[in-house]
Amino acid sequence: MSVLPYLVAAWLLLVGCYGMVTSRNLVHLIVCLSVTQSSTYILLLAVGYKAGAKPPIFFEVPVGTRAVDPIVQALTLTDIVVSLAVSALLLALTVQAHKRSGSLDPSSLTILKG
Amino acid sequence: MTRRARLVVFLAGAGGLAALLLWAISGLPSFGNYQGPYGNVLNHVAVGARHATNVVSAVTFDYRGIDTLMEEFIFFTAVIGTTLLLRAQLAEEEEPADDDATDRRTPAMSDAVRLGGFVMTGVTFLFGVYMVLHGHLTPGGGFQGGIVVGTGVLTVYLASEYETFLRVSSPTVLDVVEPAGAGGYILVGLGGLVGGASFLYNFLPLGVTGQLPSAGMIPVLNAAVGVEVGAGIALIVAEFLEQTLQVRKKQQTA
Amino acid sequence: MQALPPLIVAVPLLAAVILAAAGKRLARRVLDSVALGVSGAVIVMSLVLLHETLGGTSVYWFGGWHASGHVALGVSFTVDTFGAGVAVFASVLIFFAFLFSWHYFETVGDLYHVLVLVFLSAMLGMGLTGDLFNLFVFFELLSVSAIALAGYRVEESQPLQGALNFAITNTLAALLILTGIALLYARTGALNLAQIGRVLGQQTPDGLVIAAFTLLVAGFFIKAAIVPFHFWLADAYGSAPTPVCLVMSGVMSELGLYAMARLYWSVFQEGFSPHLAALRSVLIVTGVITAVAGGLMCFAQHHLKRQLAFATVAHGGLYLIGLGFLTRIGLGAVAVYAVADGLVKASLFVCSGILLSRRSSVDELNLYGRGRDLKVTALLVLAGALALAGLPPFGTFVGKTLIEEEAGVVGWGWLSLVYAGVSMLTAAATLRAGARIFLGWGPRPTSQTFASDPFTEQAAEEDEGTPETSGEGKRTPLVMVTSAAGLLLLSLLAGLSGGLAHGVESASARFADAGYYRAVVLSSGHHAAPVVHRASSALTSGIPAAALSVAGAFILSGLGLYRERLPSGLRAASLRFASRPLHVLRTLHSGHVGDYVAWLMLGTALLGAAFARALI
Repeated sequence: MSVLPYLVAAWLLLVGCYGMVTSRNLVHLIVCLSVTQSSTYILLLAVGYKAGAKPPIFFEVPVGTRAVDPIVQALTLTDIVVSLAVSALLLALTVQAHKRSGSLDPSSLTILKG
Repeated sequence: MTRRARLVVFLAGAGGLAALLLWAISGLPSFGNYQGPYGNVLNHVAVGARHATNVVSAVTFDYRGIDTLMEEFIFFTAVIGTTLLLRAQLAEEEEPADDDATDRRTPAMSDAVRLGGFVMTGVTFLFGVYMVLHGHLTPGGGFQGGIVVGTGVLTVYLASEYETFLRVSSPTVLDVVEPAGAGGYILVGLGGLVGGASFLYNFLPLGVTGQLPSAGMIPVLNAAVGVEVGAGIALIVAEFLEQTLQVRKKQQTA
Repeated sequence: MQALPPLIVAVPLLAAVILAAAGKRLARRVLDSVALGVSGAVIVMSLVLLHETLGGTSVYWFGGWHASGHVALGVSFTVDTFGAGVAVFASVLIFFAFLFSWHYFETVGDLYHVLVLVFLSAMLGMGLTGDLFNLFVFFELLSVSAIALAGYRVEESQPLQGALNFAITNTLAALLILTGIALLYARTGALNLAQIGRVLGQQTPDGLVIAAFTLLVAGFFIKAAIVPFHFWLADAYGSAPTPVCLVMSGVMSELGLYAMARLYWSVFQEGFSPHLAALRSVLIVTGVITAVAGGLMCFAQHHLKRQLAFATVAHGGLYLIGLGFLTRIGLGAVAVYAVADGLVKASLFVCSGILLSRRSSVDELNLYGRGRDLKVTALLVLAGALALAGLPPFGTFVGKTLIEEEAGVVGWGWLSLVYAGVSMLTAAATLRAGARIFLGWGPRPTSQTFASDPFTEQAAEEDEGTPETSGEGKRTPLVMVTSAAGLLLLSLLAGLSGGLAHGVESASARFADAGYYRAVVLSSGHHAAPVVHRASSALTSGIPAAALSVAGAFILSGLGLYRERLPSGLRAASLRFASRPLHVLRTLHSGHVGDYVAWLMLGTALLGAAFARALI
């Protein structure tokens, strides 16, 4: 299907946001954020795909063979590692929040308001 | 807002956003029809220009090396932030891990697990290093290999005790190793400036395509990133474990 | 120097790495000195770069990968005057932040300096870059370092809530931006701003381009705290340590708008030009809503840092209005206003930090009358409030007048009322707080004041009790007072220097000329630098508006203080008109991150609908 990957990316974005909005647990919320991030990876990789082409590795493969776009792959792989670290940062915040307030529910963390 | 109100607002927003995204998708070239110049040009010239057969690595560490440097620093900052957040607060202290409490009898780690873990850790580390070093030739590179090395560190904990893990992944050492990886990347970049060329110019000899020592500074940068990512993952795991196992509120009668 | 652009970004990073590795072994004062030295060096380098760019935009290609034909192979730093100006501004604020934190955090570790240096580097990169993905990467670096800094004092619950809300909303912002980038890449096959602009300029905008524009703008609006993407800001600023707040308020939010402007002018402007007036309306209306909502919320706060946070939101709306004119004169005017205003807000943050250090509180009601002997701080707060209102000859007056003049030119003259009104609100809030704290005016707050007053619903117990420094000193540390005074002085100088206004003219002409930008980057054809023909304005037209703002600020703050003494009819009327909507507004700022994400989605959808209607 010629647009399925794009639809999947859009769906993941929306469903991840749905998870974040209705979440009652911060760890769940952060995982939903990861789901939303993965939608961008799918979109990027789908944009760079060429039907029937080879990966952009020319080890013992002649240069000039039809290959998919290497740019989006470079963008995605660095981004995945980075989002790993950012999730770690968010989870560290969650650990401390749990220690302070005894709860992981976002509704219980509303001291700052108004 | 009440949960219902929140949901209503979200659904209105999501509906609009869905419509926007569908409209955008209708303008995208159909899947499998990448046309744009950037990727095609690089696929044709990268191997000849930089003697690296993995064009993705060439893009990551040479053509767009500055992006990778900054991504590496995002990783570095996130690790620092995690360390900062999980340090023992003034009202807390670090106790010996539960594993070592004398009044608690933890079941001894079975020999099968130890042996299996030993083998696995060795293989994982080796594979990670292999991936890092061959990043310019075959799929892999500093980021991917670094994650594998970090996983190897985690298997040390899984297969043995916390103390052994701390010996392998000691925060004092990692606190120096990790910034060194990040700093190494910048220094290589500055090296490009020395000859009058630009920052991150590939100034090392390019060698013969397809051989291990080739592609100039790409393997060096791969190594720097591999060190930094591996150390970073190990540090993150160590901090979380320390927070879980060691950090406790200070006793009231202290 | 040829290699200045990368060095500006690399030097703070290298210093950060060295401090991270060696920090535990170094004395605190060594760390402070290194940090000050590095930021000072960056100021000097940025000034040199600024001087170089006065002659024209230059491009620096990383890795030596110049453009081949029309295809950019590598990443470029396309340095123009505005970009260099951002670099100077950011490094100056960071320098003051380090100066200010000299006496802060007696028990802090080494990692504060590391994080702030990385933060500096990210801001510099965002200003200088000419590549879309590179912009995104610097944006993420900015966010992550700011998140780590916002959660710095992990002792109480507050910073965590602020840091969490900040982290989640800004990560979503990065996601939206990356989605927009993916869409643009699919269409143009390029990541270099000039190259993308070239391809898009030859097409009529369709659904994909409009959606990409929406997503990118939404992402940057989240960072710039434009309504309804702004909820995270007050939480984050209200709980981050003060030296960090002053930089975040002074330049981080403005960078979101800078990025939007850069994208618009170099990528989208040519394709959108048939629909200029409609697009202008969308941006201006968004700015007005932001400014008014921010101003009202600002006036309703009595937590000083939250007050300043909402002042940042309100003034961000004012900047957006000016940018929304989509003219190069508007652009230059906003630049002057944003710089002068950022300096003033930074100075006020320093003053709140002085209060926190000397009196252990930043709550206006809690501090009632307790600032009587802090005379210098009182004067600085007064001057800051007047500068917020746009008193000549502060730079804020110059900027506002230029914007108001341009408003008349594009046919939206009534906007000067919005400018007067909103700056009135933010200045009045500051004056009211100052009068309460330093003069002891207004009724003494009782516990009933907190409970029954519809305008100040927060209980007094929510004050942040733990000071950021080690205790109440006997004298305000000189560095703190100097920082506050220095920042205000710079804002004054910005207004007095006539050269600034003219220099900004030619700079914005170059910023707004996509053809020139492209010629510099892709070396395609010979395109002369745009020439500026404009008589400099005498700025006298702005004096009535400024007088109105200043007078109004005093009146409003008086009303805020002495509401009890109004005749009862007037009081009942004001309660009926103002308190209900204000109550609703305040309830919306619930602190719940799910709410924030929901509003974010709705805001993006509405923005998309508005752009679609405007651009088709």
